Amino acid sequence: MNAIILTAVWGLVMMLGGAFIKSKTLPKYLAIGGLSFVFLANLWELYTGNPFSLLNVDTKEMLHTNSFNLVFIAIALGATLLYFLLNGRDVEKVGSHVSEYFALIFFVLCGVALSATFNTLLILFLGIEIISIPLYILTGSDKRNLKSNEASLKYFLMGTFSTGIMLMGIAFIYGGNELASFFINNIKLGEGKMPLLLTAGLVFLMIAMAFKVSAAPFHFWTPDVYDGAPTVFTSFMSTIVKAAGFFAFVRLFENAFGVVQPQWQKLIVIITVATLLIGNLTAVFQQSVKRMLAYSSIAQAGFMLFAVFALNDKAKEGLILYSAAYSLATIGIFAILIRMNDYTIDGFNGLARQQPVMAATATVFLLSLTGIPLTAGFQSKFYMLMAAIKNGHHFWLVIVAVLCAAISAYYYFRIIQAMYFKEASLGADNQPLVLATDVNDRFRALLLVVAALLLILGAYPQLLIDWLHYRP
Amino acid sequence: MLGTYITFPELLIWLPLIAGILSFFIQKEATAKNWALFASIGTLMISLASLMYSDGSQKSFDTSNVSYVWLPSIGSSFAVGLDGIGRLLTLLNAIAFPLIFIVTYNKQYKNAAAFYGLMLLSQAGLMGVFCAMDVLLFYFFWELALIPVYFLSSRWGGEKRIAATFKFFIYTFAGSLILLVGILYFYQLTAPVIDRAGNTLAEHSFSLDAFLKVSLTGAQQNWLFWLFFIAFAIKMPIFPFHTWQPDAYEQAPAATTMVLSGIMVKMGVFAILRWLIPLFPLAVARWDNLVIGLSIFGMIYASLIAIKQDNIKRLVAYSSIAHIGLMCAAIFTRTEIGIQGTIIQMFSHGINIIGLWMVVELLEQQTGIKKISELGGVAQKAPVLTILLVVIALANIALPLTNAFIGEFMMFSGLFAFNKWYAAFAGISIVLAAVYTLGMIQKVFYGPVNVFTEKVKDIQWSQRLVLIIIVVIIFMVGVFPQPVFNLTKQAMVFIMTKMK
Repeated sequence: MNAIILTAVWGLVMMLGGAFIKSKTLPKYLAIGGLSFVFLANLWELYTGNPFSLLNVDTKEMLHTNSFNLVFIAIALGATLLYFLLNGRDVEKVGSHVSEYFALIFFVLCGVALSATFNTLLILFLGIEIISIPLYILTGSDKRNLKSNEASLKYFLMGTFSTGIMLMGIAFIYGGNELASFFINNIKLGEGKMPLLLTAGLVFLMIAMAFKVSAAPFHFWTPDVYDGAPTVFTSFMSTIVKAAGFFAFVRLFENAFGVVQPQWQKLIVIITVATLLIGNLTAVFQQSVKRMLAYSSIAQAGFMLFAVFALNDKAKEGLILYSAAYSLATIGIFAILIRMNDYTIDGFNGLARQQPVMAATATVFLLSLTGIPLTAGFQSKFYMLMAAIKNGHHFWLVIVAVLCAAISAYYYFRIIQAMYFKEASLGADNQPLVLATDVNDRFRALLLVVAALLLILGAYPQLLIDWLHYRP
Repeated sequence: MLGTYITFPELLIWLPLIAGILSFFIQKEATAKNWALFASIGTLMISLASLMYSDGSQKSFDTSNVSYVWLPSIGSSFAVGLDGIGRLLTLLNAIAFPLIFIVTYNKQYKNAAAFYGLMLLSQAGLMGVFCAMDVLLFYFFWELALIPVYFLSSRWGGEKRIAATFKFFIYTFAGSLILLVGILYFYQLTAPVIDRAGNTLAEHSFSLDAFLKVSLTGAQQNWLFWLFFIAFAIKMPIFPFHTWQPDAYEQAPAATTMVLSGIMVKMGVFAILRWLIPLFPLAVARWDNLVIGLSIFGMIYASLIAIKQDNIKRLVAYSSIAHIGLMCAAIFTRTEIGIQGTIIQMFSHGINIIGLWMVVELLEQQTGIKKISELGGVAQKAPVLTILLVVIALANIALPLTNAFIGEFMMFSGLFAFNKWYAAFAGISIVLAAVYTLGMIQKVFYGPVNVFTEKVKDIQWSQRLVLIIIVVIIFMVGVFPQPVFNLTKQAMVFIMTKMK
């Protein structure tokens, strides 16, 4: 509750403040300060079990908070905070409406918090829309760039289409439900086979959610949108927003349709396999790191779909770990990418010599994305596999997943190879090209912090998971 | 203090690990070299000291086994311990590194601090593999040992290093992931962890004991076996999973090749003994003909290729495939003598192959040539090197009095008891080994001196010392192998009881 209200309020403050603030750097500090406060407020709610008494609104059970979703919100807020610290300067460079960009991100966070705590289909819809609409704007925020415009339009058209499907699904479920209720744990699914209306509603909801988390075959928007959007916003979209989509996906299907899982599990299996194969195989052929990361985000979504596939306690723990590991590593690698002068893989050649800290931390991020032990990425994949095997059905899916993880090593390690084992190409004056600009000690220190977090979670994931079972 | 605060396996893991991490911060090349040498000798001392507590008493148990809570909610703990086979292989690991560091002491590396740091980290990873008593921990170390080697080979290796090392990496990584799936499936069948008060701490457990207590049906064993075996087969490597190996050995820097072929391949053999046989006795019996057949085919196949090789490094690489094939075949005979032979041969092969690589490296340092056909007459220029090499080469073809004779004799006895035809076919590889090893010696060391070998000088005292130590170990184990049998006796008994 704290997070929902405070992010909305602070977003409004920043949006209005933009009209009065002339300084270009001030919004960044306002955003960091505000977000730190929201983050602490959320932790306080997690710790004590109650929101601030001022914000303790009676939601008529429309929202449901427990340690599971509060931990997730904490991860989303914490990751965004790190993202602000790492990339605040880059947000300033996108255009002149700096304050509004930050405000929009706060609105997205409000949507994240809503879609993490929803208890009715309406709030879910509200949350997903509050996430999506600011993202359409952020994608097109580089106004003079045609690619950015195109991406924004594409995202908007496809996004509204999927929203329509989602609404239709919600309507079907409402209509097909004897209790005529929007509450997700109040849907009467009937004995044996589900009625047709409910089945159609479920499939529509699944399609809409799969679209939002860019699962195949509903992923076609992802590479173009991620590639066209300003890199700094791609970083945000492909991490925190995507994790939030998965969180909503899991909560929806667990609470509303968990009991009839055998009836729809095959669909998820098909989506998962398609996502894993398409994401990984296409990423192999990319030359641009930014596009490669877009496909890698599809590939990682394939692994996160295991949580929907398995729907057990290990899957929940895995999803929390995955959100943290994937968000941190991807934010880190994007922060590095933004500073690079050349976005192709060859642009990373010889980075280890010029920027040893950047190269070393990038290696940690990439190892984590690959899932090498001692990184958080391994633990998250490990929990997902454990959850899937515990589920007991479709064992072959796990084999497909690990083979895809082996493929993913191919494209992640290409960057490591470029950084460490190749030399920078020479410029006109026969000196090695300068590979990265605008790198200062504060940036390096922050990268080290992110890398350290990944390693700590990799060695001891209990630090995070214990909070799931925390009772105030 | 020992046993109360710290135990041998912990020391063996932490010392190289911490020394390796510290090494990255050293500025001077010479300091880094000396630091790594110093640390590896320290590890050797600990390993030797641990042998004094190997009598099977309570005290030796207390000083060699420890378990800490690590991930309680999934029932995994940081459990490490030393049994007989573990002691033998940690000893091999501990002996190898100082010798490798001394022989390659003169070699200049760019960014030496990182090189030696990664070498020590790989040693720590290997120690962990040999000591882990928890399946998840084992998997952790199994993968972690790979990462430093990946960086070592790709950064400091030969011309085609990046592609060759990457092939090696992807192969082993894919194998490891399949192993992980196997482990996780097995894990679901283990009993819950329950504390003294009767509370369930975790639904299942990753500890070795818990895994051993699971009784699988034959059908389950038959397919789970492959999930485990493929990972181990890639690491050893067994035909047809061997294609990464010659390229990787050829392209890696000499010091890393020694680690790879001397110690890392033993991870696979060790894992079969520690995990595969006790966990899947029925499946091992079910698939024995297939695995032995593949191994023997691989032995002859690799030996024939070795005969044709002109590149001295590839020759040694293929000879290694042949030797490992025999070890794998001997384990799957499930005879006591065959397995005992494999255990001693793991140690002997490690020593011998490292010795061979050292000679290859010393030759290449002086001449810069890898082709057998371009070398000749080295014996006239470097008599000491030649004598030492001949002893190591004779050990490589398992002549009596050398260490390999004991192991190979026992392994062949096992194979013979299992099936005479297998033994006969495998026996061909002994002849072939003599052909390529002696042929190599003849071409490289005898015959006329040519332009490339004119300036070859005999080796320095430190290098002599290392090769002499290796020769001494070869003869010691060859003449008096009883201490090794005593060391691994209990582990042997355990394996045999599991197989029945």
